[in-house]
Amino acid sequence: MMRPGMGVPSAEGTFATEVKGRSLWVDAWNVLRKNRAAMLSACLIAFMAVLVVIGPWLSPYTYAQTDWDNISIGPDWASRHIFGTDALGRDLFVRTLHGGRISLMIGIVATLVSLIIGISYGATAGYLGGRVDHVMMRIVDILYAMPFMFFVILLMVFFGRNIILIFVAIGAINWLDMARIVRGQTLSLKRKEFVEAAEAQGVSTFNIIRRHIVPNLLGVVAVYVTLTIPQVILVESFLSFLGLGVQEPMTSWGALVNEGAQEMETAPWMLVFPAVFLATTLFCFNFVGDGLRDALDPKDR
Amino acid sequence: MSLLTVEQLNVRFHTPDGEVHAVRDLSFAMEAGETLGIVGESGSGKSQTMMAVMGLLAANGRIEGSVRYRGEELVGMPVSQLRAIRGRKISMIFQDPMTSMNPYMTVFDQMAQVLIHHEGLSRRAARSRCVEMLEAVRIPEAGRRIDMYPHEFSGGMRQRVMIASALLCRPDLLIADEPTTALDVTVQAQILDLMREVRREFGTAIILITHDLGVVAGLCERVLVMNGGQEMESGEVRDIFYRPQHAYTRALLAAVPRLDEQEIRRLATVDPSGAARAAAASDPAEDAGAAAPADGIVRSEPDLTAPPLLDVSDLRVHFRLIPPSLFAPAPLLKAVDGVDLVLRPGETLGVVGESGCGKSTLARAVLRLVPATSGRISLLGDDITLLDRLAMRTRRRDMQVIFQDPLASLNPRMTVGDIVAEPLHTHYPRTPRKEIRERVSRMLTRVGLGPQIINRYPHEFSGGQCQRIGIARALVLEPELVVCDEPVSALDVSIQAQIVNLLMDIQAEMNLALIFIAHDLAVVRHISHRIMVMYLGRVVEISDRVALYERPMHPYTQALIRSVPIPDPDRERNKAYRPLQGDLPSPVDPPSGCTFRTRCPHVVARCAEEVPVLRQLGASLVACHEAERVRAAIDRGEAA
Repeated sequence: MMRPGMGVPSAEGTFATEVKGRSLWVDAWNVLRKNRAAMLSACLIAFMAVLVVIGPWLSPYTYAQTDWDNISIGPDWASRHIFGTDALGRDLFVRTLHGGRISLMIGIVATLVSLIIGISYGATAGYLGGRVDHVMMRIVDILYAMPFMFFVILLMVFFGRNIILIFVAIGAINWLDMARIVRGQTLSLKRKEFVEAAEAQGVSTFNIIRRHIVPNLLGVVAVYVTLTIPQVILVESFLSFLGLGVQEPMTSWGALVNEGAQEMETAPWMLVFPAVFLATTLFCFNFVGDGLRDALDPKDR
Repeated sequence: MSLLTVEQLNVRFHTPDGEVHAVRDLSFAMEAGETLGIVGESGSGKSQTMMAVMGLLAANGRIEGSVRYRGEELVGMPVSQLRAIRGRKISMIFQDPMTSMNPYMTVFDQMAQVLIHHEGLSRRAARSRCVEMLEAVRIPEAGRRIDMYPHEFSGGMRQRVMIASALLCRPDLLIADEPTTALDVTVQAQILDLMREVRREFGTAIILITHDLGVVAGLCERVLVMNGGQEMESGEVRDIFYRPQHAYTRALLAAVPRLDEQEIRRLATVDPSGAARAAAASDPAEDAGAAAPADGIVRSEPDLTAPPLLDVSDLRVHFRLIPPSLFAPAPLLKAVDGVDLVLRPGETLGVVGESGCGKSTLARAVLRLVPATSGRISLLGDDITLLDRLAMRTRRRDMQVIFQDPLASLNPRMTVGDIVAEPLHTHYPRTPRKEIRERVSRMLTRVGLGPQIINRYPHEFSGGQCQRIGIARALVLEPELVVCDEPVSALDVSIQAQIVNLLMDIQAEMNLALIFIAHDLAVVRHISHRIMVMYLGRVVEISDRVALYERPMHPYTQALIRSVPIPDPDRERNKAYRPLQGDLPSPVDPPSGCTFRTRCPHVVARCAEEVPVLRQLGASLVACHEAERVRAAIDRGEAA
């Protein structure tokens, strides 16, 4: 029965000698900081990122090198194969971290691509509205209707397996969601009085989008990004699982899980280690996304 | 035994920012059949008190003290027992009749659940009771309308339905939380009338929570004035209005502009430090207003011989709506339908009318924020409807706007300094940084804030302060014309008084022309030189501020003025008139001829056939065929 806005009167800002302002980002950060799951997850992600970058150098092996003496062994300290080796004698520790590099990179790069295209496309369509919006969104609809797998297979057939192609394929699909979300947000922002005030001041369309629309979108976008990264990683894993992903001897978590699954009965460590890394990362991104959503939710203000 | 006794009630909320003590040591009692008004500004704890009585506090709220209904303690009573009292003995109606109804249920289903639940009635029996009750609150064709959904009712009708469902179980006590705040003044008059009738017919005791002193004056027998969670004063309504004891009550009464006052005075501003408003008290901006002289009024004197600054002729703004079906023609909404107006430098033109009359669209069309369908808008001699985009953008430095919702009109991601500087950056991109900073500081100081706030963000300020920032942004370019679209409607009366004073001072200083749109007729009368009354996109009357209120010519103006509750119990109660009936017709399908004829008490056959044009009558321009006859009838004392 509580009506919004009827709850607790918020403490009003008081004038003192204090000059420094408290932006909404600072507020959000303060909320986020108190969210243990999100903060722990963020730390884990950071740790994971550092590990996949420097980890492979700590091992005497490289990701493509075969150790003929230790083929398909379990975790073993003596030979420095701490995660064991695969059927070709390649060190699984290095391969897992190396796969992590590829997976995280695809996650981040593809998300960035979709972010940049999606925000500019969605904000433009939403703000300009009318016929422009109509045409732009119908293009999105058409792209949506293309079957993703078919699209990827087609690309692979034409251009061969190539890591850049995977970025392109995933990015090309993901910006569509982003554009739709951003457009929807823009439509509601456009009717806000501060945008109208800017129009009345004579601010140019480009500056309205840049100064008034986009900064107010970032909250939603930030949440969406943290949820897109794991999604992209998952898509890449799926492609690799189907054998459409990265080319051997390069690898990714998805490819490793695929290999591991085939040897599950004889060499379970080949499945367990990459799977744990993949699952942990996905978990962490989702927790951070949840935390961000709570922190940036304007309803709590 | 009293009907309701509240003793030493304390309500506290735990929030991330610390504890908020919303209600402090509040005690009052009321008898059966009595009407108690609880008056206060936002944050005074008036709504939370009633939420506590009903046991509906938010999860983070805690109650201490005692609330007794007919001797029965409600605080700490298990929810299962409370339910037997809620809705049945004590019921409540809320401000927004739309959000308090479920849009997916018919009116009957919503009303009947109370009867079926509390009284175990069959659907059939419940139905006849509901229809009866809807008829009692004057819903036409109740038997048919009961099966409709809430969105098919107008705002006023919905509030009637809410009252009807609150009264279904014949409660002893009806708690009305700002029941008319979301409604237009003519509809408000209808609802207040209905509440008087309900009290007479059912003998229900009413607690009316409101910020509007006029509403209290007309309806309540006793008044409780609250501020900062505490009782300031309570007593008989005539004592409170004619012999207020507490400084806060006196200040509150003085802060409201009144429709019936002869001399226009400078609005007094409530001194919050005298009362326990801890948060606002440490606010030098709000205090600055209080320090200003409370008597002398500064009103700019426009030069009537000067060439007009703004000359609008035959302005029309039509919107094409989405067609109801694939092959049907798109309906046309004539939001503004042929408006002429002239505004001189230093002059304020007030625009009044009910919601949906096109006043906001008019404002946006004058600013070219919505395109005019036809007509001419000439600013300083140039027709701005003909300017191309770039020329228009340059022209915008002469015309600015102030919006209704102070917080929503400021970009939450920008600092106050950036917000106020943006117009300067836009129109004078080569101004040195230092000069911009200086002008921003000067402007912020002028509106009663200080340069020290430039790095802070809008959400750190109260509504009144945000509105000051909005004013600073509008004035930093020193425009010729400022359009104010309901600039004080979202503010408390004491803050409203400060903003009105500020606008008037600045106008006199800068020789600004203002278009001041509001639905509060008293505020408009206070600030304006001339006033324009709009109805369904057309002007029905234009007059100077004195003549309009003393000798309104158009029946609609007369009805509007008579609908405004006056904060004076004797005058308000002796105002014998029937409120204007019905609702605003749909602007998509307006009545033929005079659009007001469907609600006009003086309607004649000619009104349906001929569109009345504006013509001079006394001091006014009026669009009514029968204006002379109507005016003469009123002058003879045959009030409608």
